[in-house]
Amino acid sequence: MEYEAVIGMEVHVEINTKSKIFCGCSTEFNAPPNTNVCPVCLGFPGVLPVLNREMVNKSVAAGLALNCRISRWSKMDRKNYFYPDMAKNYQISQYDLPLCFKGHLDIEVDGEIRRIGITRAHMEEDTARNTHTIGGGQSGVDFNRSGVPLLEIVTEPDLRSAKEAYAYLVTLKQILQYLDVSDCNMEEGSLRAEANISVRPKGATAFGAKTEVKNVASFSGVQKAIEYEIARQIQVLEEGGKVLQETRGWDADRGITVTQRLKESAHDYRYFPEPDLVPIVVDEAWEHRIRDRLPELPMARKKRFMEQYGLSAYDAMVLTATRPLADYYEACVSAGAESKKAANWVMGDLQALLTDGKMEITQCRIAPAALAAMIRMIEEGAISGKIGKEVLADMFETGREPQAIVEEKGLAQISDEAAIEAIVAQVISDNPAQVEQYKAGKEKVMGFLVGQVMKASRGKANPELVNRILRDALKK
Amino acid sequence: MTAWHEKTAHEIRDLVRRGEVTAVEVTKSYLDRIAAVESKVDAYTQVWSDYALEQAAAVDGRVRRGEDPGQMAGVPIALKEVLCTQHGFTTCASKILEGFRSPYDATVVRKLAQAGAVFLGKVNMDEFAMGSSTENSAIKTTRNPWNLRCVPGGSSGGSAAAVAADMCAVSLGSDTGGSIRQPACLCGCVGIKPTYGRVSRYGLVAFASSLDQIGPLTKDVQDAALTLSVICGKDPLDATSADLPAPDFTQALTGDIRGLRVGMPRECFTEALGPEMREKVVTAIDVLRQQGAEVVEVSLPHSEYAIAVYYIICTAEASANLARFDGVRYGFRHPDVKDVREMYVKSKSAAFGPEVKRRIMLGTYVLSSGYYDAYYLKAQKVRRLIKEDFDRAFEQCDIIATPTSPTPAFEFGAKTADPLEMYLSDIYTISTNLATLPGISLPCGLCASGLPAAIQLMARPFDEATLLRAAHCYEQNSGIQMGKPPIA
Repeated sequence: MEYEAVIGMEVHVEINTKSKIFCGCSTEFNAPPNTNVCPVCLGFPGVLPVLNREMVNKSVAAGLALNCRISRWSKMDRKNYFYPDMAKNYQISQYDLPLCFKGHLDIEVDGEIRRIGITRAHMEEDTARNTHTIGGGQSGVDFNRSGVPLLEIVTEPDLRSAKEAYAYLVTLKQILQYLDVSDCNMEEGSLRAEANISVRPKGATAFGAKTEVKNVASFSGVQKAIEYEIARQIQVLEEGGKVLQETRGWDADRGITVTQRLKESAHDYRYFPEPDLVPIVVDEAWEHRIRDRLPELPMARKKRFMEQYGLSAYDAMVLTATRPLADYYEACVSAGAESKKAANWVMGDLQALLTDGKMEITQCRIAPAALAAMIRMIEEGAISGKIGKEVLADMFETGREPQAIVEEKGLAQISDEAAIEAIVAQVISDNPAQVEQYKAGKEKVMGFLVGQVMKASRGKANPELVNRILRDALKK
Repeated sequence: MTAWHEKTAHEIRDLVRRGEVTAVEVTKSYLDRIAAVESKVDAYTQVWSDYALEQAAAVDGRVRRGEDPGQMAGVPIALKEVLCTQHGFTTCASKILEGFRSPYDATVVRKLAQAGAVFLGKVNMDEFAMGSSTENSAIKTTRNPWNLRCVPGGSSGGSAAAVAADMCAVSLGSDTGGSIRQPACLCGCVGIKPTYGRVSRYGLVAFASSLDQIGPLTKDVQDAALTLSVICGKDPLDATSADLPAPDFTQALTGDIRGLRVGMPRECFTEALGPEMREKVVTAIDVLRQQGAEVVEVSLPHSEYAIAVYYIICTAEASANLARFDGVRYGFRHPDVKDVREMYVKSKSAAFGPEVKRRIMLGTYVLSSGYYDAYYLKAQKVRRLIKEDFDRAFEQCDIIATPTSPTPAFEFGAKTADPLEMYLSDIYTISTNLATLPGISLPCGLCASGLPAAIQLMARPFDEATLLRAAHCYEQNSGIQMGKPPIA
């Protein structure tokens, strides 16, 4: 039988506000344990939460970017359960009235656009972090993470493959980073993804029993876990078994999912409205203020890059992959670089240097205007394209202006015809055999002779002039 | 000359500010008084003698240097065990917080300290403010100064007994369903529960967050107005505190209530109310009429559901609020446990008292899947109806007058066997919390048994000015001499 997978994603992202969601403590990652804490995020007796307004701003921005409707009136709720990472033994979250709801995100898979429904995005507080001694015996709780703001983004069961789930995560991360609402760093736990997976006979409308896969450390891990889980569920059904509704963990080392918790032991969270907080009222004016400040989002920017700069779909996609890269490219163009040449340099040589140095564009020492200046120098014939690569590497290393490098290293292009004629004459007299071959009709030898001239000029000779002068000389 | 400890807070404040007595002298007088009668009343759980004298000396220093010593300069105050203080312990009269030190001061404590108040120590209460007799304290039994065989009421029983016995000038209590007003009634002092949101709850260990308010218990209405003026106001640390100016409520005490409409809810004057208490309250309302108020009958048709609604909402909130006492970060942890789950179960089982456990279980039940709609959600709807009853009543009147408590103080053990009987102690006070209104309890004479009776006045939300004006006018014109309780 042919099966179809049905996948929904739940993604928790830490929103990058300076302070925690309900107190003034810093949200900084990697601080020494239990240093970013206060009576509020430690759940001491008598404390009260106060909602961080910036959290609401950033959550609304995320909601709008995900085409969600924003609740005019929403509230926080208490989710009750006991665990040592819970300062109050309840988590302040949103239950029946999420801040953002009924949205969608368009993703591109194999050149096709798929629209994924966003059920809701709601605000809540992160828990503390538990660590345990190997072999048990002792546990430590670090409350630095307690009260870090989280936005939980839940999709409709609209995804149909592991590949789509991967594309969804990449697109979501890209948008959230564009908005500057989250670092979306899976290693630091600022983005955590869980997948709800079920399979059903193709064409069926009812859902099969679902499993929830947690503990995945990377997007590719999510893709692999989903692939594994789909195959596992199909196998269970093919063998006449039943898929159990349960939570499964991804074991990356073994490449399998394993049972964590069966649904039978699921909690009754006894949600009820948080009486310590007032309702969250986002009126039209507030929503508009945030909407007006939204940056251009990746898909729109890609489209504009194609139209405005004449870029191919691929180039536009690469250049809009992150907001800093797109900003860098646009700054370079507005500083006077020709758009397609700028695209080639940014995506080619510059990206290669960044990759080698394991750096992000934000760490690049070359100012966009300096790159533009270098590109203009090539266009104007001041340096050759080949010398340009050398200059770029120096700029990347030192952060100096291209003019200064060219001057200091004497890399300016030789466009003096007399000088080139002298070199050409020398090359002809040094390579009589090749000259003979060329004259006998072996056109290919031309390339060798050009190379010799360029080599003799240490790459500085203007290639166009070299070609013309060499051809003329060989006709004699 | 009356002893310093028999004076009111505003009298002490004026004398200290004028330099006619030092705060240290006043404090010593109170500490002596505590030493003399504490063994009979047992109001205090902690007496901070040295710390009190230090604070008093600091106030005197400000007076000597000509600096403003504050609106509560030198006024000796007792704090309910439920209020967080960096000094001493904050136990909520529970074994689970035995020896607990709060790392911060409650906002009200900070405000009073800034106003020059002197903290004498902390006073007893029902564990986590759950009870109406202070018999649920895990620390000690507090007795009613008017009759040592009787309870002081609760949950702020220590606060009321300490004021009544002149063991402090003012005390702070907390009121979730009557916990300031009912003990004030039983001990013959003034007790005001402000409008929900009037006073910051930051540093008040939560029992039921949507109902809790801090308020003063005092010897007269002027002291209540004074203390409320100092502790009220918007607090950035409490999102539910109202963003309203903090007025000087003593300015409202004009003595003039001509034209004020006083509503008597017919549901509060049925046969359920004993004849003696009824006679006292009706007489008190007559005093208001004689002063120019117009008395009208009003109706609060849903008040019969108040107790049921209250015990659903307050227990639901309490079940979550008390979840944090788990032995993980602070408080009692059972020494003999093998895993986390057992640590929770054994710690809570050993250290919470029976009433607290009962309410946690009730609250957990009413929030449980499958019961939520029938209990919690229904209770919220009826709470709204109760509030609407008051809205309608306040179209016909400016003040509502009722008894505070159906009976005067009762003997120890009289109601402990039947929790429902105990819950009925708050039948007249609970609606005020559900409707988030301000309410005040005023002594209105002694019953034949020699125990105090009281009238309760309520006003529209945030209309404490009218409430206090009416209360003050009654106090000035009642002609009642309560006298001092017959201890010592």
